[in-house]
Amino acid sequence: MKDFKINRRKMLQGTALAGAGIAAPMVLTSRAFAASYTNEPKGGTVTLGFNVPQTGAYADEGADELRAYQLAVEHINGEGDGGMLNTFSSKALKGNGINGKKVVYVTGDTQTKSDAARASAKRMIEKDGAIMITGGSSSGVAIAVQGLCQDAGVIFMAGLTHSNDTTGKDKRANGFRHFFNTEMSGAALGPVLKNAFGSERVAYHLTADYTWGWSQEGSIKKYTEELGWNTSAAVRTPLGAGDFSQYITPVLNSGADVLVLNHYGRDMVNSLTQAVQFGLRDKQVNGKDFAIVVPLYSRLMAQGAGENVKGIFGSTNWHWSLQDEGSKAFVKSFGQKYGFPPSQAAHTTYCQAILYADACQRAETFRPSGVGAALEGFKFDGLGNGPTEYRAEDHQCFKDVLVVKGKENPSSKFDVLEVVEVTPRKQVEYPAELLGGELGPYNDGA
Amino acid sequence: MDAIVLQILNGLDKGGAYALIALGLTIIFGTLGVVNFAHGALFMLGAFCAVTVKALLSLEKVALDPTQTTAWGTPLEIRTPYVEAWFGDFGTAMLNYSVPISILIAIPVMLLIGVSMERGLIRFFYKRPHAEQILVTFGLAIVLQEIVKSLFGANPIPQPAPDAAKGMIDFGVAIGFQAGNVVYPAWRLIYFLFSVAIIGGVFAFLQFTTFGMVVRAGMADRETVGLLGIDIDRRFTIVFGMAAVVAGLAGAMYTPILSPDYHMGMDFLVLSFVVVVVGGMGSLGGAVVAGFTLGILQSFASMNEVKDILPGIDQIIIYLIAVVILLTRPRGLMGRKGVMEH
Repeated sequence: MKDFKINRRKMLQGTALAGAGIAAPMVLTSRAFAASYTNEPKGGTVTLGFNVPQTGAYADEGADELRAYQLAVEHINGEGDGGMLNTFSSKALKGNGINGKKVVYVTGDTQTKSDAARASAKRMIEKDGAIMITGGSSSGVAIAVQGLCQDAGVIFMAGLTHSNDTTGKDKRANGFRHFFNTEMSGAALGPVLKNAFGSERVAYHLTADYTWGWSQEGSIKKYTEELGWNTSAAVRTPLGAGDFSQYITPVLNSGADVLVLNHYGRDMVNSLTQAVQFGLRDKQVNGKDFAIVVPLYSRLMAQGAGENVKGIFGSTNWHWSLQDEGSKAFVKSFGQKYGFPPSQAAHTTYCQAILYADACQRAETFRPSGVGAALEGFKFDGLGNGPTEYRAEDHQCFKDVLVVKGKENPSSKFDVLEVVEVTPRKQVEYPAELLGGELGPYNDGA
Repeated sequence: MDAIVLQILNGLDKGGAYALIALGLTIIFGTLGVVNFAHGALFMLGAFCAVTVKALLSLEKVALDPTQTTAWGTPLEIRTPYVEAWFGDFGTAMLNYSVPISILIAIPVMLLIGVSMERGLIRFFYKRPHAEQILVTFGLAIVLQEIVKSLFGANPIPQPAPDAAKGMIDFGVAIGFQAGNVVYPAWRLIYFLFSVAIIGGVFAFLQFTTFGMVVRAGMADRETVGLLGIDIDRRFTIVFGMAAVVAGLAGAMYTPILSPDYHMGMDFLVLSFVVVVVGGMGSLGGAVVAGFTLGILQSFASMNEVKDILPGIDQIIIYLIAVVILLTRPRGLMGRKGVMEH
């Protein structure tokens, strides 16, 4: 038998090997040695990508989104009056950026075109090193950019997108939506419409012929038919038709007593203006006053329709006249900086920037899967919509929905809508599987 | 039957706009030989004449009320339009009639814009290929619409018709229908009559004045008219200005129907070119006939009964008709031999 001698050298070698063996599992799972992720911030700053329509039909809405993002960046970096950070229920953000890194940003122009929006998002990720992409004013754009961010391994915090598909059949793990959707609009509007117009109504839909329009039409039909309304026709209109008179005149003698305009932006302004011109708001059919409904209102767009919005019902994600502490803080902060109140697009984008920053701070990382985990199931308050939850199953925010009406006697050009009901969250909630789709796994990229 | 009458009326007011724009395009093409892709922008600029007039009439005296504050904490602004403060009820009436007033302003403004465009840019492209004319005028159109967007924003700006013209007219009673079955917005009927009047005026001007005779002669044979010692270029400059005025008036009057935004010219431009081609390049009568015809057919194609049989036909009808016309009558409905054939 060979002698087993232990000398000093062998002792040191053995200790080192044993130590390495014990430490290996811990070292391999620590962040220091983990695989990196797309655009992992290395220096003292972190770059966010604001992808908004700076040209095209929604440029005004995009400009308002950008103002809100700039305000959010100021507040996250500890500048200005802090806005809704003062009322936000989470106190993780300390006013020194995110995870100690100062927030800087780059911007892209979506042009409200899917291909242009993808190109600008790609540029911000690949060339500017954006760790997160956010913004937009169209569901088509949101779905396209969300897919790109999933593939690139960055988080996408959607801007104004109202189609069910964004967090329904086209949802992705890396995508999160604060804005409400058409399903919630239908659920909120249905009971209000029943109270206002009764349960024996015949509705005629004019619908923008693209993903959001179909989604909106389907939701309103579903909820109004549940209340006992009949749908006499649902006519698809081309996007940007301009003059809708040829689609409105068939409504006049159709027997319908409600016109639902599933239009947004320019189309909404034009179709509503022309429906009023054709006397529909003052018409009587079946012994009842004719009614017009615009399921998705935007204050910026309502200004374009002028006095034609008076008395017209619709829904909205948020309105500057709300009196909760969060809304008041945001309106004050935004109004003092820019001289006018923020739009719902500005509100949702401000919230998205704050929610992302807060999630990174709580997760202590910018890694998409870590940030996503911090957002999933996150319950918060103080951002203007009451108690809210980012549902884990579909990354959709659930909160109260506002039903609004065109104001009869506006006190200023901003004061065009009045909130007639705050529909509680539980009334607009639906099972995640209702809208289909699969989140799939997170992609951290790199 | 009432639905058909309503769609004819729709087609007539829409066709009125097409015809007015196409008329200007045809005049410019027939006289100067220029394919003017900036013509839609002239329609848009006319509409923004109405917006500007209303904005000027709405200029407000701002007083701060320290006893009240806005939602963001600044003193509330009490705004009163100067015209109301200075002229009382007359000022209110001026605001109410801002669109008709803008017609008067649009005439000299559009004439100036048209003449400046022709002298400053278009004349350098008379002898250049059509492709270059299209490129430069299209570029000009984009520049003009971006200027308008930077000044007025991207959102549509409402321009209400005067209160007296806001109601509906029971058109059906006049043609034997039951009361209430064929009612139509008064302003749209006014627009149709306005477009007929402008078209009539342009034809009369070209037909019954010496200036018009020279222009028509120039359209037929520019070289010979020049050899007769007539300064045809100067007349053609005025013709370009006149076409700009026609497009501008069409745009200003259209604002209560379609809230103007910076892109409205492009929306009408393509359709108006189709109208010109269907009517026959260089044919004034053809442009008018094709404008109204395509407007009416587009309206009919949007009827549910038609779309049930041919889904989506409303979106392609104009182009479909253009294809059919060009296959059967390559020079268009009323095109002249020799135009665009060399």
